[in-house]
Amino acid sequence: MSHPPASAPSCPIPIRQYPRVLLAHGGGGKLMQDLLEKIFFSAFGEAPAEGRHDAAVLNVAAGRIAFTTDSYVVRPIIFPGGDIGSMAVHGTVNDLAMSGARPLWLSAAFILEEGLEMETLWRVVCSMRDAAARCGVRIVTGDTKVVDKGKGDGMFINTTGIGVIEHSLSIAPGSVKTGDALLISGDLGRHGMAITSVREGLEFQGQIESDSAPVSDLVQQLLAAGVEIHCLRDLTRGGLASALNEIAQAARQRIVIDEKFVPVREDVHAACELLGLDPLHVACEGRFVAFVPEKDAALALNLMRPHESSARRIGTVEKTDPPLVILKSAIGASRILDMPSGEQLPRIC
Amino acid sequence: MKYLDEYRDAGKAREFARQIARVTTKSWAIMEVCGGQTHAIVKFGIDELLPKTITLIHGPGCPVCVTPVEFINKAIAIASRPGTIFCSFGDMLRVPGSATDLLAVKAGGGDVRMVYSPLDAVNLAVQNPDRDVVFFAVGFETTAPATALAAHQAAERGVKNFSMLVTHVLVPPAMESLLAAPGCRVQGFLAAGHVCAVMGCAEYEPIAAQYRVPIVVTGFEPLDILQGVLMCVRQLEQGRAEVENQYARVVRPNGNDHARQLIQRVFQVVPRKWRGLGSIAASGLGLRSQYEAFDAEKKFGLADTETPEPPECLSGLVLQGRLKPAECPAFGKTCIPEHPLGAPMVSSEGACAAYYRYRRHEITTHSTCAP
Repeated sequence: MSHPPASAPSCPIPIRQYPRVLLAHGGGGKLMQDLLEKIFFSAFGEAPAEGRHDAAVLNVAAGRIAFTTDSYVVRPIIFPGGDIGSMAVHGTVNDLAMSGARPLWLSAAFILEEGLEMETLWRVVCSMRDAAARCGVRIVTGDTKVVDKGKGDGMFINTTGIGVIEHSLSIAPGSVKTGDALLISGDLGRHGMAITSVREGLEFQGQIESDSAPVSDLVQQLLAAGVEIHCLRDLTRGGLASALNEIAQAARQRIVIDEKFVPVREDVHAACELLGLDPLHVACEGRFVAFVPEKDAALALNLMRPHESSARRIGTVEKTDPPLVILKSAIGASRILDMPSGEQLPRIC
Repeated sequence: MKYLDEYRDAGKAREFARQIARVTTKSWAIMEVCGGQTHAIVKFGIDELLPKTITLIHGPGCPVCVTPVEFINKAIAIASRPGTIFCSFGDMLRVPGSATDLLAVKAGGGDVRMVYSPLDAVNLAVQNPDRDVVFFAVGFETTAPATALAAHQAAERGVKNFSMLVTHVLVPPAMESLLAAPGCRVQGFLAAGHVCAVMGCAEYEPIAAQYRVPIVVTGFEPLDILQGVLMCVRQLEQGRAEVENQYARVVRPNGNDHARQLIQRVFQVVPRKWRGLGSIAASGLGLRSQYEAFDAEKKFGLADTETPEPPECLSGLVLQGRLKPAECPAFGKTCIPEHPLGAPMVSSEGACAAYYRYRRHEITTHSTCAP
């Protein structure tokens, strides 16, 4: 979000005292205790009654759990539509959701660069707190390190998540079957273009905001409605193209999508055209694809649309081998949809 | 999206394809000059809509692809200098030099930055007065005006720590060089629309007349290219060899006067070596003497060296339209985008990369890509 969360009081570490993070804030002494008390415990809640300890102890019902970790290194740390804090919560919650798990707990580890404004840290931590509340997860353990000025990009965050699996499906690439319908939960490319436009100082008419958002509620709704989900994948780095290629390879299936059904907002499309980027390769932070049997496709779409009206069916798993993603182009011809080689590099002209 | 979707209409594309099939009675080989056109042809599958008797030959109009390895080596040498900020368009960063590439220089601690405009590099120089800021000025007539403007602004603002490694090239001399080569198969051209938006159409008239080839100034969207092919085939079938303008919504007959004057003021025409095509007289742009303070080659005393292209890379033949990318023995085997042997496998406008990205399945399963 581009403003501090409405519920955020001003930074509890007095600005006059320590307006910026010092190396000493990671030194294990009183300053670090002050940082933990006033910033982290104040936002994420106190330790249990038994007192603070080296590990959080959690009660889990018998059954399967999902466990995932991700590190967040976005620049700038506050961007249109979100910030590194909300993204670090949404991203890990969404990774859990992709296995059909109900997310419950997160860890949060911070690597702070010496000199980071305390007010910025507070804003990000409040944003994490609000995002966690929205997702129904608790941040139960964490860590803080401070590195020398110039050794970090303001701050890096790692979050690890645990969720419980309350269904009996095997939601994984290996479950994708010939004939499956391929659904997308919303329009593509907004996060990547929001970041690119501010990072490169590009001024587009109107601002593109990141799509950073949790998708776990929607996945739980799909499961509750009895949709036989075969596979889910969130469309982060590498975008739709990378996600589908990974699944095609793992499932040994050929996935065919139709370009004219792939939802891309007009401003995102225009920005991509200007920069020579392909929206199919651009990252999202609140979108996923679902592979479901044909019989459940309409039901699943009906559940997706109230969350994002641009959700739609974009393709089908047509046959096994060779494992490729084929895109029917706007003019009706077919081609491979490949993974980008590395970072997308804008064309010269 | 307005101004885009209407040029990607599937129904109209099929209608153009039908018209092309109707007027075609013989086999014709047409070269699209610009890499942007090649990219669109392969990405949208435009050639799949054409009759089998029409062959599209992919031309040398990819600035990344035609920049010789000597210049990549010079760029790497400058970027490796301590205290230098080396600025480049994104596409050039992955192109292999003799030993390394610019991304590897960056990973090794060099300050290599991707910019969208040469003017960003001038601003960087102003913001970093204690550093040498060097811009890698590549491209055809399309990017030359922005480079010229950067030199002009740097001169006006008295920016002493800015310079440019200039490898600008010109399209018409390359077309002539291809036509003059023995065994040239090209019978008609789709000229590069955006080059003509700057330069106009007049310089193509003598080429069309001398070599008896139709030249159709063409845009980059699927319907542009199909209409360009239709106009070119009509000329070929009727025995005409004229310059026509398909891309009239962008290209004025005289081009952009302001941009041309800027190029004239800053640059002079010089001989230039092209990857794959060799040295071509009067085919490049170099800085005029009054702007030589911004010439990075002079500033850093980089000597000209003759560096052979790797022998297993046949990109020279691909750039001349004599070989389809997939006919190269290295294609998809020792040469892939992650480990390119030559520039055409690097740039998204390069014919090899376009075939690899979009056509690999047909090539591996049918073992041919020839139309």
